[in-house]
Formats: sequence, C-alpha cells, structure tokens
Amino acid sequence: MNNEGILKNKLGKVFDTPNRKAFIGFLTAGDPTADCTVECILEMERAGADLIEIGIPFSDPTAEGVVIQDANIRALKGGMTTDGAFDIVRRVREKSQVPLAFMTYANPVFHYGYEKFFKRCKELGVDAIIIPDLPFEEKQEMEEPANACDVALISMIAPTSESRIQRIAREAKGFLYVVSSMGVTGVRSEIKTDIGSIVESIRKVTDVPCAVGFGISTPEQAKAMAAVSDGAIVGSAIVKIIAKYGEKAAPEVYKYVKSMKEAVAEA
Amino acid sequence: MSKGRYGIHGGQYISETLMNELIRLEECYEHYKNDPEFQKELDTLNREYAGRPSLLYYAEKMTKDLGGAKIYLKREDLNHTGSHKINNVLGQALLAKKMGKTRIIAETGAGQHGVATATAAALLGMECEIYMGKEDTVRQALNVYRMELLGAKVHPVTSGTQTLKDAVNECMREWTNRVNDTLYVLGSVMGPHPFPMIVRDFQSVISREAKAQILEKEGKLPAAVVACVGGGSNSMGAFYNFIEDKEVELIGCEAAGKGVDTALTAATIATGSLGIFHGMKSYFCQDEYGQIAPVYSISAGLDYPGIGPEHAYLHDIGRAQYVPITDDEAVDAFEYIARTEGIICAVESAHAVAHVRKIAKNYRPDQSIIVCLSGRGDKDVAAIARYRGVDIHE
Repeated sequence: MNNEGILKNKLGKVFDTPNRKAFIGFLTAGDPTADCTVECILEMERAGADLIEIGIPFSDPTAEGVVIQDANIRALKGGMTTDGAFDIVRRVREKSQVPLAFMTYANPVFHYGYEKFFKRCKELGVDAIIIPDLPFEEKQEMEEPANACDVALISMIAPTSESRIQRIAREAKGFLYVVSSMGVTGVRSEIKTDIGSIVESIRKVTDVPCAVGFGISTPEQAKAMAAVSDGAIVGSAIVKIIAKYGEKAAPEVYKYVKSMKEAVAEA
Repeated sequence: MSKGRYGIHGGQYISETLMNELIRLEECYEHYKNDPEFQKELDTLNREYAGRPSLLYYAEKMTKDLGGAKIYLKREDLNHTGSHKINNVLGQALLAKKMGKTRIIAETGAGQHGVATATAAALLGMECEIYMGKEDTVRQALNVYRMELLGAKVHPVTSGTQTLKDAVNECMREWTNRVNDTLYVLGSVMGPHPFPMIVRDFQSVISREAKAQILEKEGKLPAAVVACVGGGSNSMGAFYNFIEDKEVELIGCEAAGKGVDTALTAATIATGSLGIFHGMKSYFCQDEYGQIAPVYSISAGLDYPGIGPEHAYLHDIGRAQYVPITDDEAVDAFEYIARTEGIICAVESAHAVAHVRKIAKNYRPDQSIIVCLSGRGDKDVAAIARYRGVDIHE
C-alpha cells in the first residue's frame, strides 16, 4: 500500500518479518563525542536493534524532556553540527547496513536546505527522518524533497490525535510513530494511553507498521507496547546510560539494548 | 499551505500532541469573536478593569525640543498592570474560561506578560503558572514577587540561555503535558496559528483607539507610528488599523543590544534569517546550522531571537520598516523622556522613544508621530541605575 516508496531503502527490513516486533533505539549525535556515537550505534546493532534513530542536536528541543535536552546541550558544546551528524552516518556505513533514521527539528533541516539535506541522506544511506515539530498540516514542504531521495518522512500520532489518526495514517510512509503519552520525551513509570485502540484505528486505513515511543524504559514496558503494536522506540533510557558512562558507554548500551530487544521479541 | 500564513511566514510547526487543541482554540476564538455577549464582557473588562481607552497624550515639550513632527504618546503604560500586555491577556483568559479551562500558563520575559496573566487569573478565578528564564527572574525580581502576590506559581527556567525563548520552550513542554484543562496564554504575536492572529486582534485595540484619537485631535492621520518590537505584540497592535492607510509609515524598533555588528544583539530583522521555530516560519537570529542564537538586550522584554510572522511579512512587502536601537540609545531615551515629559517608561518602550528622537526633525510641524509607550518603567529603574554604575537595591 503506502510502503512501496520505502521498500527502496533499508527501512523495509525493520518490520519485514511477520510476528517479529522491532526494537528502535535513539541516541544524540556527538553525545559526548562523535567516536562514542559511532561505537554505540554499532553496539546497538550488534545487540539486535532493528533501526537506530540519530538525533541531530538542536538548541531548543521543545519536544524533549530534560534527559535528551541535556544530551543536545552536551553535543552542541562538543561542536556537533548537521555535517558532523552526516559524518557519523558515513563512518557507520563503512561497517554496517543497519537501518538509520535522523530525528531532529524542522529548523536545522530547513536551514541546511531541504534538497541538499535529503541528497546527503540518500548518498550516505539515511532511510527515514522524524521531525516532531512538523505536523500533518506542514509536512508537504519537507515530504516532497524527502520522497525524491527515498527518505521516509515519519508521521507521528499522539494520544490527543483522535479524529486526525486516520487522516495521518492514510498518508503515512515507512512506519507510524505512535506517541505513548502526553508531554515530552522521558522515562515514565506508567503508560496510561490505550495504545491498542489507537493502533486498531490505524489498521483500518493502512498496513504501515506502528512503533510506540515516549516514556518506555523497562523491558516490561517495551514488551507491553510491542505486544499491541509493531515495535518499541526507546530514547531517554539509552541517553541516560550514555550520560552516566560517557566515552565508555558502548558496552553498557549493548547490554541494555540486548535486554530490551529480548523483551520485545517475546511480545 | 497550512493555515495562518502571512506571505511565506506563520503556519503551525508544532507537535502533533497540540494540533487538535490549536484547531479547537481557533474554532472557539472564531465563535466568540462574533459573539456579542463575549465582546461586551471583554469591553467591560477593558473599560472598567484595565482602564481603557488609554490616553493619546500630546508630548508638547518633547515636540518643541526635537523640533519637527508633533509627538503623541499612546499611553499603554497607564493600563492596569502597567503595560499593553493586559489587552491580550484579558481576551485570552476570558476565552480560556469560555472553553472550560481552569488553568492558564504563560511565558514571560520582563515579567509584564506574567504579571498581566497572573492578574487575569486572579480576577477570573483560574489557576496560573508562569515560566520565566532564571536570568530574568534575577533581572526582574520585583515582578516575580508581584506574580506570587497575585497567586501565581513562578517557575524559573534553567535550560538554554535562561531567558524568554527558554521560557517559551518550557511553556510549550508543559502545555503538551496538560492540554485538557490548560490554555497557554501566549504573550506575543508569535507561535503557531492561531496565536499570532488572536494576540494581534486583542492588541489591535491600541491602533483602533489611536486612530480615532488622532483624527479627533489633528483631523488627519499621523505621518508615522513608532513602536518597539520583540515578538512584536505592542507594535502589531499599534500598527494594525493603520496598515490600510498607506501614507502612514509604520516603524518597528528592534533591540540592537550592544550593536548589530556584535554578537550581543536581539535585532532579528537586522541580523536574522528565515527559519522555523516556536511553531512558526519567520525570521530568527540563528547560526549557519540553524541553531537559535543566544540573543542579548538590556530589555528582558525584547530579548527574543525571533519576530512574529505578520511583522516578517510587513517587512517583506515593505509596508513596515524595522530599525535597530542599541542599549545606549534606549537608556538615553529612558532618561530623556523622564526628564522631558515626567514619564518613566519601560526600557522596551524607550527603544521607540530613541528612534523618534532621531527622526522627529525630518517631519513638518503640521505632521504627527504616534509613539506607543508599551509599558511603564518602574520595573527597570534598578537595572538602569546599574547600567549607570549606581548600586541600588530594589
């Protein structure tokens, strides 16, 4: 159905096995260094991550909680830039074909120039992009240049989307990012939203896979979310590990992602 | 193209979590805008509570001293709470109440919008939380206490540059947390649609009154309207009803800080470029990678790295011009209008006064200039003293 565009790139692999749920991990490019980011991405792949989201740091990440805000600040202080994030992708691609997505805000992409940005994505092998401040109404300006380079612009659905769910889902490409909770990113003790009924509503109009993110940190949560969708997305919990262990974070990230992947696989 | 566009500017670049709420806000606003009962209630609040209409005062001494156009001051500083911010806040808080909200949140820079919001919340019996950059809570400590007296909870924002833009970030985050019972009462003509439109409409009372007042006093339109611009709410309010009168020059005064050729500036039109931030496409101070710049001005209310989308459009089409005014010029003007007219105006408004001091002589004595005095300057006295090397405590 809508997936024909994305099958041209590696995103098709993420959800390709029936009944096998995906684990998607996030980290911020250049937090604390580019070397560490490259190493953590490769370890996440080895631990079984199906897709890795690389955050291009932004000065004012309004959709992020404190954990990822701080990662953005650390990365920018360390000199990370959009070109620096592309270089991280180039280095990962020397060793790995793991599906990759960028997550950033509209302004860094707009300022880089949409065409130039997505051409670089295509050259280096970035398969998707997630922009939390680009809702359905505004996606066109970025979707056209992204499509032209076979980069899937991922649509988000929130607990408040209600009547918007099916309109968004109908035009979704790659996968749908289902936001689990109100508020910003960050670890939560409990997820109260009825994800099952949101996914059911999506299923009526599209077979594009749904992955759930925001607030997931424990294997139990990941398993529960994956059980009612096609996968779980984890950001803040990984970023917390990187914040704690710094340059030596990769082995710890590996251990954590492995446990999460196993939990998701049981779903 | 999405809704709320001013040329290429504006739009709704905001998280999906807030989209339905913005749509609902727009629907409710469109409904109540045409509801005579709502308008009557708001009009009563404006007249009986806020003290409108504000005076259009002929500044005779300034006029004689500057030697040129007749200078009129639109005295928004005389409004209840001491600035133009109350115009917008009463409208939005009343709208929030009609929408069934029990809680309002707002960002504040100088504290003027925070004080106005806390005031409206107290009056209408609503819960109120204010987000203010930590640096600004220090610069404007008196306003923090004022908000607390009014029953609001003030959150010092410690992220980023700890100023106005970070307070906006934090407010947006909080609104996505709790959208059901809460309205984000945005303080300027910025943010995602419908805010730039709603705030402009509520602030346009300034130019609606000013136009009638100047026609009564002078029998003709002014040659120019001058106002300070941060996000741009007092200037948009002062410009709006004159936009159709092509012969009236519209001049916005941006905060140049230490100068537009330094990094310590907040002059968006002079130094910024096109971008997408805080829900809108507009001009922003930013670096080569689109990272929002840490801006600077002596005035906490103009210390913002962007400008409202309608201003960006008025700039694009040449209908309004935007000029940078430095800290030095603003402080000089602050002292000048105090001595000349006996008015201590906000340091924000002093940016507009500074520009009028430069241009008044270019006009004939039968022409007039309206300056929007957006707020009173009690809050700035200590900061101005410090600027002059006088150590006083508030």
